[in-house]
Amino acid sequence: MSTEVQTVSQIAAEKDDVGNFKFPEKHKYDAGYGLTEKTIDYICDVKDDPDWVREFRKRALKVFESKPMPTHWASEDLDNIVFENIRYYLSSGDRPTRSWDEVPDEIKETFERLGIPEQERKFLAGVEAQYDSEAAYSNVKEVLEEQGVIFVNSTEGLKKHPEIFKKWFGKVIPTTDNKFSALNSAVFSGGSFIYVPPGVKVSHPLQAYFRINSENFGQFERTLIIADEGSEVVYMEGCTAPKFETSTLHSAVVELVAMPGAKIQYITVQNWSNNVFNLVTKRGLAHENAEIRWIDCNIGSRLTMKYPGVVMKGRKARGEVISIALANDGQHQDTGAKMIHEADETSSNVVSKSISVGTGRSTYRGQVSIPKHLKGCKNNTECDALLINTNSKTDTYPAITVNGNQHATQHEASVSQVSEDMLFYMQQRGLSEGEAMSLAVNGFVNDLVREFPMEYSVELKRLIELEMEGSVG
Amino acid sequence: MVEVSIDQPAVESVAPAAVSAVGAPEWLNARRQSAWQKFQDTETPGRTDQLWRFSSLRQLKLKGVSYAGEVAAADAQALSAQSAMLEDVAARFVFVNEACVTHDVLDASLEAAGVKVLPLDQALVELGDVVEKHFMAREAKLGSAKYMALHEAAASSGVVVFVPKGVEVSKPIEITHWVSGADVMVFPHTLIVAEDNASVKVIDQFRSADDASANWVVGANDLVAGDGARIGYYAVQELNAASRAILVNNSVAGKNATTTSFVLNTGGKWVRTENMSYVQGEGANSYMLSVSLPDSGQEYDQRTFQHHKSPHTVSDLLFKNALFGKSRTVFSGLIMVDEGAHYTDAYQTCRNLLNSDEAEANSMPGLEINADQVKCSHGSTSAQIDRDELFYFLARGIDEHVARFMVIAGYTQEVIEKIGDEAIEALLADRIEAKLRTIGV
Repeated sequence: MSTEVQTVSQIAAEKDDVGNFKFPEKHKYDAGYGLTEKTIDYICDVKDDPDWVREFRKRALKVFESKPMPTHWASEDLDNIVFENIRYYLSSGDRPTRSWDEVPDEIKETFERLGIPEQERKFLAGVEAQYDSEAAYSNVKEVLEEQGVIFVNSTEGLKKHPEIFKKWFGKVIPTTDNKFSALNSAVFSGGSFIYVPPGVKVSHPLQAYFRINSENFGQFERTLIIADEGSEVVYMEGCTAPKFETSTLHSAVVELVAMPGAKIQYITVQNWSNNVFNLVTKRGLAHENAEIRWIDCNIGSRLTMKYPGVVMKGRKARGEVISIALANDGQHQDTGAKMIHEADETSSNVVSKSISVGTGRSTYRGQVSIPKHLKGCKNNTECDALLINTNSKTDTYPAITVNGNQHATQHEASVSQVSEDMLFYMQQRGLSEGEAMSLAVNGFVNDLVREFPMEYSVELKRLIELEMEGSVG
Repeated sequence: MVEVSIDQPAVESVAPAAVSAVGAPEWLNARRQSAWQKFQDTETPGRTDQLWRFSSLRQLKLKGVSYAGEVAAADAQALSAQSAMLEDVAARFVFVNEACVTHDVLDASLEAAGVKVLPLDQALVELGDVVEKHFMAREAKLGSAKYMALHEAAASSGVVVFVPKGVEVSKPIEITHWVSGADVMVFPHTLIVAEDNASVKVIDQFRSADDASANWVVGANDLVAGDGARIGYYAVQELNAASRAILVNNSVAGKNATTTSFVLNTGGKWVRTENMSYVQGEGANSYMLSVSLPDSGQEYDQRTFQHHKSPHTVSDLLFKNALFGKSRTVFSGLIMVDEGAHYTDAYQTCRNLLNSDEAEANSMPGLEINADQVKCSHGSTSAQIDRDELFYFLARGIDEHVARFMVIAGYTQEVIEKIGDEAIEALLADRIEAKLRTIGV
């Protein structure tokens, strides 16, 4: 296997049989349509991956090819994904240059309504070049470096810090976990690698916000966060503005490792445009006395399937998933949580709230497992669903396994609608029906929205208001 | 020990219709043939089958299982003599290996009111249209399609209860099914049709003739409640600890009707119950109740379906399991509300009380809601006896052993009390107490 660094033209000359890719301008990389070993070789060559990564990717490709689609229980909409029609690698800007004129009117309108400044709008829509954000990213990096924190993209992580990266990469979520984790393992690009040294408590949240359109932005990002003993870190990804994404498949893998006594909080606010299949695998490994919290908000996408999980491997480890999902017309938010207790006195908490609007469908799918011969484990799961219109849909499918007589688990789910009395009461005080509904919905999720950082919670509320507009009647 | 008189054909290889269809009407023979074909064409549930998630699939093997044969008359009479559950009943039936040994309709006024309580073969003659319309009329949606196809092909015994419009049968009808012989299979069937504003209660018991022979029961019952009708169906499963069973309950409630189904599981090695309730007419109500007390080596697999098809319907499910020794339970329930079924009130609760470090409880409560004006919720808990609760008893001088007994009996009592019939409640409480004493609680 070649480890030489090749020029762009060399790669282009050698790989022009991969697909109908072209380089519209200098520094553009495109692996073409469809996924074969050649696609992987192309990605490895462009990214100058070490040999072990190339082998890892190729093994993953075989797993991806051999695994069936999980349609025996999941949404049949998955069958509409045509893997041959997807481009698995675009880089150096990652996507063809786009102009502000290409951004759909409804997205522009949403930016306007959210009150996002002009410059930021272009950046969030993926129109603006990423230099400004890289500068901001670098500033953050300098502060972190003083504390010994590593915060780089995954490519840089695997090259510059292999001793840490290789130890945990693919260990929390093995390639064979599911078809889409295998796909990600084959073609991953982008995402973050974070290492927090023992005892370091990172004072500011680390945000992927700055890197949305950075060099390795892709549909298959891979994030690995390791919080060493006694350390603490908060990581945020996504943004509360709508993402203009023309691709049809987003399949990320996120692995978290909290060493003894460490705390990781991972916050996602996702608002893909509604043509995206968002199929993400997220899991954390919590050692003794460690804590992992997933705070997750899913508003956009056509179909989201995402079940953040925590494997509580050490005694007294804690896991938590707090999630909000809003499914609007034509959308299906299939989200949930997995809590795997593997040590004594571990505890987990899941609070999930969903709102279905119009023909939207929200699903909670969960798993709680307490295997044999453990003592003192606890789980609490609460799911509340709110249905707005007569054709809105919601489902709940938890699975709870408890072994032994020294644990306590409880699961509760409820489905309701906004009461007519409540709407009437608000309308009597001068609110329109839409405003009243929006207020009621915000009230429904308010206790969870408070868990988000302030700037996120403000925009989240406004996004919910926008989604609720025109939903009544 | 009761001996099977002749060698019986193996279940998997010989079409039961060929064995048991003599004298049956044409439509039934045709359905049996078709069902037998379906049984053969349908694959045995596998590892990836969601409807069998957490199930012990190895228990489904039918190799070596035969159709139950005739039992000596004296032995059958002896079993019949120990069958009575309730003192005061409207009718009493006893079946031994599918043969009707006792057929007592004790309340003479029933006949005058047009009530029919008949063995299946007799009902095919006297109530042919009713049986044809309702017998196995609904698909086994919860996973047992293959076994219900076998049941439909093979069922030749059971009871048909028909209550005409406006008639109330106040005393319960009591049925007992005995199974005798090693590795034999029976297919008991109970069909209850209550016309508009009629009411009836039926208690159905499943028992093994001895403590050791492995029996197989593939039973089904259909409850059809017309507008304003009320049907109560109470199953008591007390097979021996070597036996396996699949018991499928199907109930349909018309406008303003109420159906109640109850299952008490104390026996068997592996028992799967599937309860499907169609809350069909506007204003209909369905109550689904169960108490299960598995001990070492026992496994109960419970699947339920509450289907709301009209507005203003109510369903309430309460399943309680108390697990002992190395036992296992699976609960999988689904509330489904159709589009337009507004003002649905649906509840589903499964509670597991784990009394052993080796016991395992699996819960999969589910909701599928397609209408917005609804109140639906489900809950599931798994826990052990609260130490504070025990301390409370001990502090008042009550022995821990007695305290545990009282707590568990009290835990099951909440379900029993929902039945609303003192005699049946007392009978079930008595059976629960007997099981707890067997376990040594």
